[in-house]
Amino acid sequence: MEAKNTIVFPAETLDLVQKIMKRYPEGKHKSAILPILHLAQAEWKWCSPEVMDYVASLLSIAPVEVYEVASFYTMFHLEPVGEHVIEYCRTGPCCLMGGVEVYDHLKKRLGIQTGETTSDGKFTIKEVECLAACGWGPVFQIREKFYMQLTAEKVDQIIDELSK
Amino acid sequence: MKILTEHIDVPGIETIDVFCKHGGYQAVEKAIKKMTPDEVTEEVKKSGLRGRGGAGFPVGMKWSFLAKPEGIPRYLVCNADESEPGTFKDHYLMWKSPHTLIEGMIVSSFALGANTSYIYVRGELMYVIHILEKAIQEAYDKGYLGKNILGSGYDLDLYVQPGGGAYICGEETALLESLEGKRGNPRIKPPFPAVKGVWQCPTVVNNVESIAATSWIINHGGDAYAAIGVGRSTGTKLISASGHIRKSGVYEIPLGITVEDFIYSDEWCGGIRDGHKLKAVVAGGSSVPILSAEMILNTADGEKRLMTYESLSDGGFATGTMLGSGGFIVMDETTCIVHNTLTFARFYHHESCGQCSPCREGTGWMDKVIYRIEHGKGRKEDIDLLVDVAKKIEGNTICPLGDAAAWPVAAAIRHFRDEFEWHIEHPELAIQPGAVYMRPGASWAQ
Repeated sequence: MEAKNTIVFPAETLDLVQKIMKRYPEGKHKSAILPILHLAQAEWKWCSPEVMDYVASLLSIAPVEVYEVASFYTMFHLEPVGEHVIEYCRTGPCCLMGGVEVYDHLKKRLGIQTGETTSDGKFTIKEVECLAACGWGPVFQIREKFYMQLTAEKVDQIIDELSK
Repeated sequence: MKILTEHIDVPGIETIDVFCKHGGYQAVEKAIKKMTPDEVTEEVKKSGLRGRGGAGFPVGMKWSFLAKPEGIPRYLVCNADESEPGTFKDHYLMWKSPHTLIEGMIVSSFALGANTSYIYVRGELMYVIHILEKAIQEAYDKGYLGKNILGSGYDLDLYVQPGGGAYICGEETALLESLEGKRGNPRIKPPFPAVKGVWQCPTVVNNVESIAATSWIINHGGDAYAAIGVGRSTGTKLISASGHIRKSGVYEIPLGITVEDFIYSDEWCGGIRDGHKLKAVVAGGSSVPILSAEMILNTADGEKRLMTYESLSDGGFATGTMLGSGGFIVMDETTCIVHNTLTFARFYHHESCGQCSPCREGTGWMDKVIYRIEHGKGRKEDIDLLVDVAKKIEGNTICPLGDAAAWPVAAAIRHFRDEFEWHIEHPELAIQPGAVYMRPGASWAQ
């Protein structure tokens, strides 16, 4: 998905941004970077330089202050991604529950490797570290939703559903 | 004995009406109407409650360090950045019963004299953030938050702050940097957050489970809490159980049950999955030393090991481990210790913030060297090299991430050196899918 030409939040998101900035003491609204970056990524799928510049302008801070934060935290996509970003947990407990095999199946099914996007722009696969769901592994996350106790069959069902 | 999870499966417990029907917010009523902040702190001190995030530092004592200069705001920040591999108890508690945390936040904020408090939740749990925000709104609507709570003159605003996916932000000074809208680089201490925390104001940072426990302590008294458990391990602890057990999930245990009971009793994990045998356990989250089956079940003196801070660490790192965050990862005989250690080394390499050279460089070295051992390219000197690198990281960094990265590697080699050697000596066997070295005569190999 391309970032929109004019990068401006819809009115209701702008209201929310104003509310978020009031959560912190006067003059400390830089604290709103992470919440606003999450809103921006939900709106434009990834944090392009233009999106980050817009976030900086909302907070009246230098763009570099947003770049250095966005590049530190792994949740922010600094490259274009597909419509559905599948982020699978590669850490110990998920591997104990057969994670490696399940993720291999996922890659084979989509015909891409970790970090790649399918040619139709539908799916991107990323590997992430522990998602705090170890008792329900293997786990991956698509946006806010957790998919747990994954098997090859479950992965197929999820991909089928999202491909519709 | 359940304190935090007694009503967790009651339908609708995430709503304030159902929560109140089951005794919710009584601690807020009691603390704010009938007690002074110092009396609340005194009860928490008496309870012996220790920080549940991993370090186990007494909560009441941490509170008593909070500086209280006139005219400067103080803050309570809840650490809900739960990211230690094997740990998912805070996730579970906030998802199922958000008011349990919110009630504790109000009681604790009142004790500390904080008028604004934050719950810093890891960003991946955005759905939990929505659950918390809905519950916080309910608490405002009922008058438990906002101005002049219950007519007492005490004001409190409570906000949820999302993280962005960085394990390091679970370290309290990194969390405060992150809350200020910066990269999560830990600060040099002193000054400690109790003196200069968020925005240079006095701040207490406590784990979700620690804060949630304060409500029960206020309702029943610190002595009643201290009566549960053994010695300095008082109260109950949420244990995140994962791996090769029959029933994984979050269990609230009274501190002091035996490790054997916890693993094999039907009340808890229900034993190892069918047809398999216990090989090893990481008892307190990925950073604590892994122990073999024999060592986790019994101390070096042959006593049954207990689920307490003291018993789990009995013997030091030579034969013991730590309770840590309570991330209890169980492995059966199909587990390759080298592969599991690789995933942990890779984790810490990925999560090092990069400020301190020993951690930034050392975690990368450990990741690379274990990777080549696991993939059949190990060299004879690699095992000693790993021990050396781990030793040079430990104790030489600003924050404990360096130690957390070094310990699992050092312990895996200490207790499973033969597996590393086998990988290096028999690369053609080690690289076969599912290949696992069986120690001759080991209980899990019989």
